[in-house]
Amino acid sequence: MTLQFLADGLVMGAMTGLGAIGLTLTYSILRFANFTHGDLISWGAYLTLTLALLIGAAVPYGEPIGPLSFGWPVLAGGLIAMAVTGLLALALDFLLFARLRRRGTAIIMVIASFGASLALRSLLEFLFTSEPTYFSREIQIAIPLAAGIRVTPDQLCSLGLTALLVGAMHLLLTRSHIGRAMRAVSENPALARIVGIDVAAVIRTTWLIGGALACAAGVMLGLTVQIRPYMGFDLLLPLFAAAILGGIGSVPGAVIGGLIVGLAESAGVQFIGANYRAAIAFLLLLLVLLVRPTGLFGVRP
Amino acid sequence: MMVDLLGYGAFFLVTALSYAIICLGLNIQWGQTGLFNVGVAGFVAVGAYASALLTTPATAGRFGGFELPIAIGWFGAMIAAAICAGIVGAVTLRLRADYLAITTFGIAVAIQLVALNAQGFTGGPFGIGFIPRPFAELAETPIAFSLANLALVGGVTLLTFFALERLARSPWGRVLRAIREDETAAASLGKNANLYRLQAFMLGGAVMGLAGAVQAHFIGFIAPDNYVPALTFQVWAMLIVGGAGNNRGAILGAVVVWGLWSLTGFAMSVVFPPAQQARAAALQIVAIGVVLAVILLLRPRGILGEKKTVSRHIEAADISA
Repeated sequence: MTLQFLADGLVMGAMTGLGAIGLTLTYSILRFANFTHGDLISWGAYLTLTLALLIGAAVPYGEPIGPLSFGWPVLAGGLIAMAVTGLLALALDFLLFARLRRRGTAIIMVIASFGASLALRSLLEFLFTSEPTYFSREIQIAIPLAAGIRVTPDQLCSLGLTALLVGAMHLLLTRSHIGRAMRAVSENPALARIVGIDVAAVIRTTWLIGGALACAAGVMLGLTVQIRPYMGFDLLLPLFAAAILGGIGSVPGAVIGGLIVGLAESAGVQFIGANYRAAIAFLLLLLVLLVRPTGLFGVRP
Repeated sequence: MMVDLLGYGAFFLVTALSYAIICLGLNIQWGQTGLFNVGVAGFVAVGAYASALLTTPATAGRFGGFELPIAIGWFGAMIAAAICAGIVGAVTLRLRADYLAITTFGIAVAIQLVALNAQGFTGGPFGIGFIPRPFAELAETPIAFSLANLALVGGVTLLTFFALERLARSPWGRVLRAIREDETAAASLGKNANLYRLQAFMLGGAVMGLAGAVQAHFIGFIAPDNYVPALTFQVWAMLIVGGAGNNRGAILGAVVVWGLWSLTGFAMSVVFPPAQQARAAALQIVAIGVVLAVILLLRPRGILGEKKTVSRHIEAADISA
């Protein structure tokens, strides 16, 4: 038996956690299960791919950086795409969700997000076809670590970037004014409004951050696996499992939940087989809902 | 020419009405009770596979093949889908509403995985063929075959419709709507909200399973690709367009949306060259998604909307008064 599945699970789990942060924030602040989140991940990856190609064609610094498979264009494109994906989420809110929110029931927003999710995904399929694609065709040699575990430089880089983003998110939510306002709205929107918190600004920030982190998760998924229109949608069940396992609204919870889901999935692939990979997140989700619906760090059921 | 048109019309209506039955199932769950099911495709698939396993001839290397009569297959489909709904409901109905959405989404993914991978039960990616078709002895004259099937599927749709209308007017149906509108008030009258929800969810699941079986037997072949999230989405679009909470609306929405779907599909096949057909199909889904969003924004009641439903005794009293 090899312990390789631990490393793979950790990398996959980190990306799941990164995606789940945006999901758990929109869930707790806007109070609905947003099915478009997975498709924001796919859009982020395709936007980055397009921008990286454009930048790579315009400036001559396209060579891969050190042992990594990609060059500066992917990093620069990724940064711009994070902003664009945030704006895309904001536009979606302006066109659809904000209007439904004014009318009341959250469950209508879930249907709307389900419809918007399918439309967004199919639009990607129309624009880029369903053929998988890659940021780079460079072949990477995995570096042996201890106990027969091997990782590629891209995987290590993704792990490092995820840790950086999660740390930044934690600081933002605990130390900045807008972060405290976000937590206040998630606790009690009516009370937050009374003490003078600009709820509209909080909602805008939530969408921007959620979209940007979804894009980052998409880029890392594209770097370590592949880019497909369904990449984000297929990640949706692990994302929900991670967010609920960690406790809705908890950022550290989402990350830990993501790591648990990622490790469980790769353990499942190792011991059961790859065919039922997607069902593992579902079983975890059922288990959490049966045993502890509030999740590890949550307060509201 | 006339005969061709009649044949196509019958074929179209059989398909549209089989969707209408799914829609009626979703209407019990969402329209009457306010339960959000994002896994419609999964329950339809369970019904289709259950009936296929019960009625097909025995096949080497696959479970099932009992060659039972079609009616027993359809009944089995309803039981299997209801059990499936019961399991999901028991876990999630006591939690907040959108946990049900996430769980039903998950069960649909899991069911599709089983259909795809459990070769010994489901035939894997190749699906199950040779599902007995009603009136197969008429297959030599396609027009008679189509019309006979239309009569059968139309009959099943009508039967389901009248049964559900009767239920909606019964005390049981009124409790469902009471729970949907004000759970606390219903609970204060001694109604166990979760138990009623579970019953409505299982009944809706059973109707979806029946529809899956009807479709499977009309086409004679099923494969995991038939039961993707796009199916769930189409059914939701049908119910929202027709008018959630209204059984007539569920049927009307199914026919209208399936008509639009077929028309745009035909237009795409004319406009786009064969190599681009897959991309064009994606565009068709985008269009339906946009239509659903626009209707939710502009006319959330749908075409017909929900009518006030009261006990038939009160109605009779009103007329005689």
